[in-house]
Amino acid sequence: MRRRERTPRPCSWKLHLRVLWLASCLLWGLGCSRSESSATPAPVQLDEARARASVATYADIAFAVYGDSLALARALDAAVVELVGAPSSETLRAAREAWLKARVPYVQSEAFRFYDGPIDGVEFWLNTWPIDENFVDTTDPTQPPGVIGDREHYPEINEALLLKLNGAASETSISTGYHVIEFLLWGRDESPEGPGARPPADFVGEPGSVQARRGEYLRVTTGLLVKQLAQVADAWDPRAQGNFRARFQALPVRRALGLMLKGMGALSGPELSGERLTVAYETKDQENEHSCFSDSTQRDMVGDALGVENLCLGRYHRRDGSELQGVGLCPLVQSVDPARGEELTRQIQASVAAARAIPEPFDQAILGADAAPGRRAILETIRALETQAASIARTAAALGVDLGLATAQAGKP
Amino acid sequence: MSGRGLALTSALLVLAPLVSACGERAHASSEPRSGGAATVFDATRDAFSLPVAELTPAQRAQFFVGNSFFNQNWVSAPASVPERDGLGPLFNARSCSGCHFKDGRGRPPAAGEPFVSMLLRIGVPGVGEHGEPRGHEVYGDQLQGAALPGLASEGDARVSYTALAGRFEDGEPYELMRPRYSIDNPGYGALPVELLISPRVAPMMAGLGLLEAVPEETLRALTDDEDRDGDGISGRVNLVWDQRAQAQRLGRLGWKAEQPSVRQQIAGAFMGDMGLSTELFSGENHAAQQVDSRRFPSGGAPEVSARTLDAVTLYVRALAVPARRDVEDERVLRGERLFEEVQCARCHLPSLRTGEVADLRALSEQTIHPYTDLLLHDMGAELSDQRPSFQARGSEWRTPPLWGMGLVSKVNGHTRFMHDGRARDLSEAVLWHAGEATSARRAFERMPRGDRAALLAFLESL
Repeated sequence: MRRRERTPRPCSWKLHLRVLWLASCLLWGLGCSRSESSATPAPVQLDEARARASVATYADIAFAVYGDSLALARALDAAVVELVGAPSSETLRAAREAWLKARVPYVQSEAFRFYDGPIDGVEFWLNTWPIDENFVDTTDPTQPPGVIGDREHYPEINEALLLKLNGAASETSISTGYHVIEFLLWGRDESPEGPGARPPADFVGEPGSVQARRGEYLRVTTGLLVKQLAQVADAWDPRAQGNFRARFQALPVRRALGLMLKGMGALSGPELSGERLTVAYETKDQENEHSCFSDSTQRDMVGDALGVENLCLGRYHRRDGSELQGVGLCPLVQSVDPARGEELTRQIQASVAAARAIPEPFDQAILGADAAPGRRAILETIRALETQAASIARTAAALGVDLGLATAQAGKP
Repeated sequence: MSGRGLALTSALLVLAPLVSACGERAHASSEPRSGGAATVFDATRDAFSLPVAELTPAQRAQFFVGNSFFNQNWVSAPASVPERDGLGPLFNARSCSGCHFKDGRGRPPAAGEPFVSMLLRIGVPGVGEHGEPRGHEVYGDQLQGAALPGLASEGDARVSYTALAGRFEDGEPYELMRPRYSIDNPGYGALPVELLISPRVAPMMAGLGLLEAVPEETLRALTDDEDRDGDGISGRVNLVWDQRAQAQRLGRLGWKAEQPSVRQQIAGAFMGDMGLSTELFSGENHAAQQVDSRRFPSGGAPEVSARTLDAVTLYVRALAVPARRDVEDERVLRGERLFEEVQCARCHLPSLRTGEVADLRALSEQTIHPYTDLLLHDMGAELSDQRPSFQARGSEWRTPPLWGMGLVSKVNGHTRFMHDGRARDLSEAVLWHAGEATSARRAFERMPRGDRAALLAFLESL
């Protein structure tokens, strides 16, 4: 996977630049006109020490945000054990609250995805969405029973089984992760005003009953969540030797910056603006909203946008109330290209504001006429995030950072 | 002009823009952008799933909506979500992504497992009304191995393998696995002895819009039906039935080039694989005597609305091709030279040029590197499925594009290749080549180990 060093000749260098620029545009399917292409300036000089400090801050935030995600997933796991041991409205409510709390740091971590980093190795089991809930559990007699009800094919529910089933039948036949846990805690959201309303009785039953299997399923998948988050947090631990973080910080600085920008851009464009918001906006189908069972989709959107802002500003509010503050990516850009840096910061902050303006619950906000306040706010957020992705792509081009070809190598665990 | 001369000329023609843009480049090698402007620089699990550039806001919305219909499971009718009901009652998969996982490539099942991302086309000798393969009077032209609760499936597809030992010329042994297919538990009466079976794995989705955009004249000009140039390689177009035009047209998609367009390919899969009707295929995928339609009502007429079919079609057309990796690696460059020297590139044509695509600029008039001529070639008796399809004989298969194949292990977690996934890695895929590709395969068998590794490294870089 090594790329041969070449002395850039004028022509190949120009081509290289164009490829880079195209890479950044194509990556997010952004409209880049040809006139912009020819106007791409030569990459700016970076202050190596400052750029390295920015890379280190990014890694610090990753460790902090995954550390918080892990701690709160452990709290969720404890609450789930309580619920399954003694199902009641109190233990169910406590488990739901623990899930909502656990989501807060996790959604802020999503900007660390999309470049074969530590999270990308397990994300498929952790946070895949949308899910076909009938695959896990259904009460509809016209549908096949789902894993929980299907004793014949799945006599025992255990980690190995859930890992194997995840995605095996299709991209939405998902057996593990936050949204499966969410579905098991809330049930299907059939009410226009509130979230799903699964009764605690759904977990009360003799050993081997569907109810007991549901509890067992919930316990196993929550345990898996904790294990996998621990693995990701370890990969960013500054005290560990030879982990992903060590290799990441040893990368040529522009390569590391490229991975950072790629994650932020891919989350902003195709993921948030596209898959999560556009599909819900176009189809008005609540099955297409991100956290549809708990009605916490709007909070997910804000958290995701905030996650990008954290990396831009080089800060993170830890769950214990303390604040991590380092060298942000936006100030780094601003130090070499003030206009570009300002634009990027402004755009990222505009997206956070736009996401905050989406009224809750999201499944109601997507309905109605296009002029309805909820739909206008969502469309505004879709556009803000698209503009943000374009701004990130232009930033990458201006820094002359490599967004593309070598990412798989850098990401090897 | 001979086929080879033509191919050479067209290769020079398509390379001309690159040469003129950049005087040092006389060759497609080192060109990472396999899909021209429709290339995406991503080597992660999402490599086959990203959109091309320059989509309008409306197209971008359609892309993501199409993606959601591609991924999400369809349910039986009637259901609370009418947009997504009508599955089956006989089917192979509940969603497109059930077979084309992450828009990637399917594989044969592990021993004893059911068929998931692969299916069996079936039939009896003879041809249908428009030259298509003749289906069985009850089972039709495809074995649907799944059914809604309360209904029998058509049967369980099975595959078993026999090991075939061979040796490279340098003495290194290899082993190929020859598959044999059978159908257990037929649900609707005994299957005839003369049943024809054509196994197919789900191919990768990325780049289909570009392949659709290659002008018919280009492909016709590449043909050499009678092998006039005497190189042992013919290359024929398939002529298939276009459902919308109600006319014969050039086929270019699918393992036997049986489909004329992306839209018809998708509508065909909705019908054949999921039992969902569209405006193109309004019927059912089963015979009247198989299903009591009062117990299994339709999900609407059609079950997949034109709007949804449009969105899924745009989605598939707009999937960008992943860029090549390691294009300047010495070994990869050597492998590329060998690929051309031993005539692999004769059918796996490195460069084609797309025509004008009015609605998607990224696909329009692009020099692309799919490594296919989209033509049918005789691949020998071992690979024959004995089931002709339109003009394609049993032993004839369309040259499959090779772009993206080095990322299949990343995206889909396997390295199974050929139409039925019998090759367990790229080396075996080369070794299964026979018929018109015999001399290329022999050359591979004669290569010293280092050369074979270089050739495979080149394939991995695609």
